[in-house]
Order: sequence, then C-alpha cells, then structure tokens
Amino acid sequence: MKLKGRKIVGGKAEGELIVSQKPLSFLGGVDPETGIVTDAESDIRGQIIAGKILAFPRGKGSTVGSYVIYALKKNGKAPKAIIVGEAETIVATGAIISEIPMVDGIDVSKLRSGVKVKVDADRGEVEVHESGE
Amino acid sequence: MYLTKEEELILAGEYGYALQKAMEILVALGEIYGADRLIPIKSAQVAGVSYKNIGEAGIGFLCDFVEAGAKVSVYTTLNPAGIGDDEFMEKQEEVLNLYREMGIEVTSTCTPYYGANLPKFGDHIAWSESSAVVFANSVIGARTNREGGPSSLASAIVGKTPNYGLHLEENRKATVIVDVQAKVKTFVDYAALGYHLGRTLGNDVPYLRGTQPEKTEFLKEMGAAMAASGSIALYHVEGETPEYRGAIDDNLETITVEEGDIKAVKEQFSDDWDGIDMILIGCPHASLQEVKEIAELLRMRGRPLRVPLFITASRAVKALADALGYTEIIERYNGRIIADSCFVVSPIKGWYRGIATNSGKSAFYFRSFGFNVRLDDAENLIKEAP
Repeated sequence: MKLKGRKIVGGKAEGELIVSQKPLSFLGGVDPETGIVTDAESDIRGQIIAGKILAFPRGKGSTVGSYVIYALKKNGKAPKAIIVGEAETIVATGAIISEIPMVDGIDVSKLRSGVKVKVDADRGEVEVHESGE
Repeated sequence: MYLTKEEELILAGEYGYALQKAMEILVALGEIYGADRLIPIKSAQVAGVSYKNIGEAGIGFLCDFVEAGAKVSVYTTLNPAGIGDDEFMEKQEEVLNLYREMGIEVTSTCTPYYGANLPKFGDHIAWSESSAVVFANSVIGARTNREGGPSSLASAIVGKTPNYGLHLEENRKATVIVDVQAKVKTFVDYAALGYHLGRTLGNDVPYLRGTQPEKTEFLKEMGAAMAASGSIALYHVEGETPEYRGAIDDNLETITVEEGDIKAVKEQFSDDWDGIDMILIGCPHASLQEVKEIAELLRMRGRPLRVPLFITASRAVKALADALGYTEIIERYNGRIIADSCFVVSPIKGWYRGIATNSGKSAFYFRSFGFNVRLDDAENLIKEAP
C-alpha cells in the first residue's frame, strides 16, 4: 500500500512504525533522554519512539516541544521519520531543526504499529509493507 | 509560496546554517498555512525564556544556534524569565545570555508594549506570548499570529514572517458577536469575562457589544484570560478598539453573556483566605497605574500584610515605580515588585499552598498546578487580606 501526502522536511527513512491515534505533546509528553512517551493522555504511553517511524494525527501543547524533538535527536533517541495527519507549528519546527524527514496529509488511522514502512519525504510518500512481506 | 532571489539563497544555505534553518521554518509554516509569500516584520517578541519551560533541550538548541552565528535582524524583546533556587537562576542566566548574544534586547516581560517594544497600528510583527499577541492585535491594531518560541525566533532572525492568518485583512473580521448583558465594571469583571469567552469560544474572533472598558488595563486583562483559557488571538469591542468598524458582516451568530456566566467564573476561584499564602498582582505584568493603585490601597489599609504581596512588572515599570516612591511604600506593607519575571513559568510547586490574585490568567494556571485560588479585585484583596 502506498500513501501519498506532502513533504514537510525532505529525506528518506525505512523502519518499523509506532502509531498513536491521539494528538501528541512533546514537552512533558516525551522524555528527551530515553525517547519514551510519558504523555498521560497518549495511547502509546510507555513505548519508545527512538529509531522508529513515528505516526500520529497532530502535535499539541507548548511550542517548546520543538526543542524537545531537537534534544531527542541530539541524544540519539529521535524517530527516523515523522508522519502526521496534519502538520502544525510545533512538530514541523522540531523536525526542521532536527533534520528528521517529515510527511503530512497521511490518514494515520490506516497505519498500525509494528508494520515496516518506507518514507520518501521528498516525494511525500509512505510505502507500507504488508505484514509478512 | 513565492520566494525572492535572496530568500532562495538563504534557503540554500548561502548565508550560513542559522539563517538557513530559520528560513526553513518560515517556509514550512508558510506552506502548511497557505501563505503566498514572506512579509517584513517590524519587531519580534520571543517566548521560550524560562528555564522551567525550555530546559536543557532548549539550551542545547540555542547554544548550537548561537555558535552557528544566529543574530536577530529586527528589534526583538523577550518573554518573562523564571525565578527559582541558585542552580535554577544560573541556568536562567545562561538562557538570557544566549538570547543576548543573538542581539535580542533582554527585557523579559509579557508587556513589552509598556516599555521597550510598542508597535503601531497596522504593523506586521511576529510575537509569541499569547497575552501580548492578543493585546497587540486587538488594542493596538498591529498584526501577528500566535507564534511559538521557535517560530518567533526564526522570524526575528530572518526579519520576516509568512503572510497568512491574522496578517490578512479578511481573517481579522469577527466570527461571532458577543452581546454582554452582564454588568462588567471592574478589572476582575473583565478577567472573568475573558476567561468565560476563552473557554466558550476556542479560537474565534469575538466582537463584543454592550461593554465600555474604562481602562486599557481592563482590555489587557480580558485578552490575557481569553488567550489562557482558550486560544483567542484577536477580539473587537464596539466603539472601543481600533478595528471594530467593518469587523462584522451579516449572518454572524450572536451569543450572550449574562450575570450568571461572570459569577460562575468568580465562584470557581473563591477559596478561603485560610488556604492562601501569597497575593499576586501583575499577570500580565502590571502597568505603572496598577502599581500606583496598589501603593494607595496599601496606604489606606494602614497595616502591613501578613500574607506577602508580589507585583510582577517589566523592568521599565519597576524603574518608574522606584523613582516615584511607590516601591518603597509597597515594601513598607510587606509587598515587593519583581521585575522581568513570572511565577507562572517558575518552579513554584511546593512554595505556596494558594494564591489570591486579580488575574484570570493566573487563576487559570495556578488552579491547573493544583493551588488554592482566590480571584478578586485588588481593592478587595488588600482590604480583606490577613
């Protein structure tokens, strides 16, 4: 399955999906030291986003969240790529300063954690490998 | 989005890493929100100052940005700093120094318009700090979106902002009419009205009729409360604010605000004095008139407060209060003026059990931190306080 979205930050990445169906706050919601989601309202609380392809509908919370994404990157705990339904200031800015490939305009409800995906952010494309492939 | 030749070169990295990253942020935001181009700004107000908020993550980014030669290209002021223990203050100073190295005027206030940074009508600006944004848009008639810390910093460095949202005439029209039937007279009445509207409306542009705020401070307070309990960035008041003419079209929905709505907000924040151990005035930062009024109220009271009083204000207002003798009076009655800082962005958990305040914005935040809150006009607070 190939999903078509829009490039926010260019680049390519391949890896395992971690998907949240709820808006995500980075400030106070993700630990920059470990890459573990701590947001109490998140459906992926306690899970690790480091080295994964992170998908969620949109960002929320403080704009300082952009700096948390930057700290994740510096600590080697950032996701390999970010896929969102709708880009907004916090996550877009975070992805830009951290140089993390990012795509928006993807229907995140179609994505499942654990599945392998290929992100070509330059073309705004997400290729989902069917399970077992 | 259209970019000039020079903007393209900045984006390509011809002017270095810092300008390139700043430009990438602005271009991405412009694309996301459908801007046609970048427009020059007259000033920036940058949030992300308190160490409590930005932490090591923010310091790390600012350090790298300074090392890459980041410098602001328009007049830029800062949001309030936090206050805390020695270790905290050392980190706080580090943050301020990083901003200073970028050429930012280190006046840390949420009311830059009471001092260093006063825009004029129609100016395009890139401000963060939600209460300053709503004041600049509504009371002054300058134009800014609700920027975050990083996006306002990017704009300060490039000197431009993407042309979308409240920079465009058509988005500055009202989206709802608010018929104020309640009697709204005092500072706290306006705080409660703002709090109620923020919670009810979300990110609308309300057009208020039926109210004539007597003082600029009432507008400041109402807007701050709206922007805290909701995300309003612009409001109009019929006959009062600079853009109310032509702000409404036919077919707008009208909501009414009744006595009960205002009362409900006040009752929500009516904890007893037994649970209060600090009085806070100056959220957003107090004007000189507010400071003077407090000094007079304390003199009328005639005996020192047992519960300490803190007035937060910009350094500009504090300097005037010092020179005019108000600070001395306030200190005589167990009060203090704290310059360029903010309790809302300070690590104050455990310092106090409850606060009494005349600020709807502070009431909102301190309640969310788990404090007791008593919301009332300064006159009553100073008369009744132990």
